[in-house]
Amino acid sequence: MAGQATKEIDGATLWGGKVSPFSTSYGKLMMWFFLVSDAITFGGLLVAYGFVRQDAQDAWPIGEETFNSLPFLGHGYPLVYVALMTFILIVSSVTMVLAVEAGHRMDKKGVTKWMIATIIGGFFFVGSQAWEWYHFIHGSEFGKIELADGSQAIVSGHFGEIENFVVTEAGHHNKKGDVIKEDLMHTFQHAAVAGHIENGIIELHDGSKAKITKKADEHLTLIIKKAGKEFKLNERIKDSKAAKEYYEALYSGTANRVIYGANLEQNEYGPQQYGQFFFFITGFHGFHVFSGVMINIIILIGVILGTYHKRGHYEMVEKTGLYWHFVDLVWVFVFTFFYLV
Amino acid sequence: MLRDDVIEYSLDVHHSEEAGRKIRTKILKVTVLLTAITAIEVLLGVYIKQGTLLWPFVKWTFIALTLLKAGYIVLIFMHLGDERKSLKYIILVPYFLFMLYLIFIAFMEALAVGEAWATYGG
Repeated sequence: MAGQATKEIDGATLWGGKVSPFSTSYGKLMMWFFLVSDAITFGGLLVAYGFVRQDAQDAWPIGEETFNSLPFLGHGYPLVYVALMTFILIVSSVTMVLAVEAGHRMDKKGVTKWMIATIIGGFFFVGSQAWEWYHFIHGSEFGKIELADGSQAIVSGHFGEIENFVVTEAGHHNKKGDVIKEDLMHTFQHAAVAGHIENGIIELHDGSKAKITKKADEHLTLIIKKAGKEFKLNERIKDSKAAKEYYEALYSGTANRVIYGANLEQNEYGPQQYGQFFFFITGFHGFHVFSGVMINIIILIGVILGTYHKRGHYEMVEKTGLYWHFVDLVWVFVFTFFYLV
Repeated sequence: MLRDDVIEYSLDVHHSEEAGRKIRTKILKVTVLLTAITAIEVLLGVYIKQGTLLWPFVKWTFIALTLLKAGYIVLIFMHLGDERKSLKYIILVPYFLFMLYLIFIAFMEALAVGEAWATYGG
């Protein structure tokens, strides 16, 4: 880059007043100062996360066990989705730097093209994060279960589909012999949490009781996350023994043995603070991405209207670019400390 | 009247076609590198499990690769590497000093609190 920044200027002139000693414009310098303060915010959040994790009494969730789903394809793809999100954000950072480069050549068409690409990348990322949140909140089909010996386990495997409930004891609405085929999973999970399932018989909302018809689970593995009387931390229980332990606990008829998904109070992945930090840090980052997309759109309108072309330079694109790269930069750290380490 | 309160600077905002071509090649190289690093990180994360012998090594590799990625983003994409030295260090040095101190103090504190939990229970 040829310009003031690389030119040799003697110190007396640089610091003698009337000239920017950093050879940058006011706006760009302030953008850098803002980014440093924002970086301290995110740094503080991640350090706080590290603090809590260091202190956590229960097993901290492992990234590739927690985030192993892809849209439309289901489970069994550890980290692929976040890797894809990271890639999308890196690519949108690249298109942004290309827009800045085009601006340096006063190539209005080029700037427009690359800005649009950046905005599309940003929307993709925000959408991906929405999906990730939905999935995180919704949780797995198995949930986290408290086994008979007091230990807690997460479950990997393929959940056998629930086919129907056959009513065995009439209630307010359902008559004996009715076959219920709607909203099965939802009803099932609610009843499991409330402890309304005993020995394969589910108690429905209207007080009727029904027998659950369900296909067998495949590749069932319980991973112990909190030790109990019998099972040790990180122990893996497989297949038929896993099924016996899991369903004994799930169908025990006691409430709150199982946790599905996540909210601010509890989650199926690990300690309470894990969920809180996940929501706060990825949420705060997502909010930054969203604002970045909005700012990019505003600047794109300026580019299309020719505001910056008339001004003689595209420095505004460069300043927004700084912010956008910063968002990418933060994600690089969030990716490492939330998903990898 | 000649004003003496106006700070002068020339914006570093133009370059030639030829310089542009060079910069684009550099951007492409960095893109490939960042993608490759991310791919390596994911593969390491998937194939080397936490709690194994190799894990501490992998963990520090992740952190080193992250800092490398961050360096490329800040110095190349954000053009901090092209700025005047005074600006570069006024951004980087205070931040690093502050963060290293924060990390140090937080983990020392976490160790002490962890010990307290272990000794006195919850």
